Amino acid sequence: MALTKADMAGRLFDELGLNKREAKEMVELFFNRTRLALEQGSQVKLSGFGNFDLREKGERPGRNPKTGAEIPITARRVVTFRPGQKLKARVEAYAGSE
Amino acid sequence: MTKSELIDVIAKEQSHLAYRDVELAVKCILEQMSQALASGERIEIRGFGSFSLHYRPPRQGRNPKTGTTVALAGKHVPHFKPGKELRERVNNGFQKEREQAAE
Repeated sequence: MALTKADMAGRLFDELGLNKREAKEMVELFFNRTRLALEQGSQVKLSGFGNFDLREKGERPGRNPKTGAEIPITARRVVTFRPGQKLKARVEAYAGSE
Repeated sequence: MTKSELIDVIAKEQSHLAYRDVELAVKCILEQMSQALASGERIEIRGFGSFSLHYRPPRQGRNPKTGTTVALAGKHVPHFKPGKELRERVNNGFQKEREQAAE
């Protein structure tokens, strides 16, 4: 079981009284606008939840795992997530097994 | 971009909704995500990425002030894995910036 966009829209319908279409659009916009900011090179800070940061990585040597041939891994920008204090504290309390 | 800037952007696009409703909706989405992770549930958003918990085993820590060792219990930490579309879009944006800078 995993939380999905459909689950989130369902709760906006149940709890906030948005209609089904509005609820779905709201969830889509939330993730699309967050993605757009990252794609345009801006960090996204969602207080109480966490920050989506951007990190730039230089070119480094790599290998094709199948053939063993050396190929450089090009310089790239990647997204990392740093959970906020509040989220970390809530998750730390989870005692489930793993 | 901060949470309030995200709310502003969405409110502009959903101009038929009251600003307060957009604000509540964004908070409701974030609260659902936090609740899911706090109860050990994964989050899967196609095109964006997935959130899950990673386990950190118990370890011996040290009180930096006194130097005494303390036993730290195992814990879970949130982890985000960007989806393919997010990874590609973010990197394409970066490559475009580099090309423009090189011109």
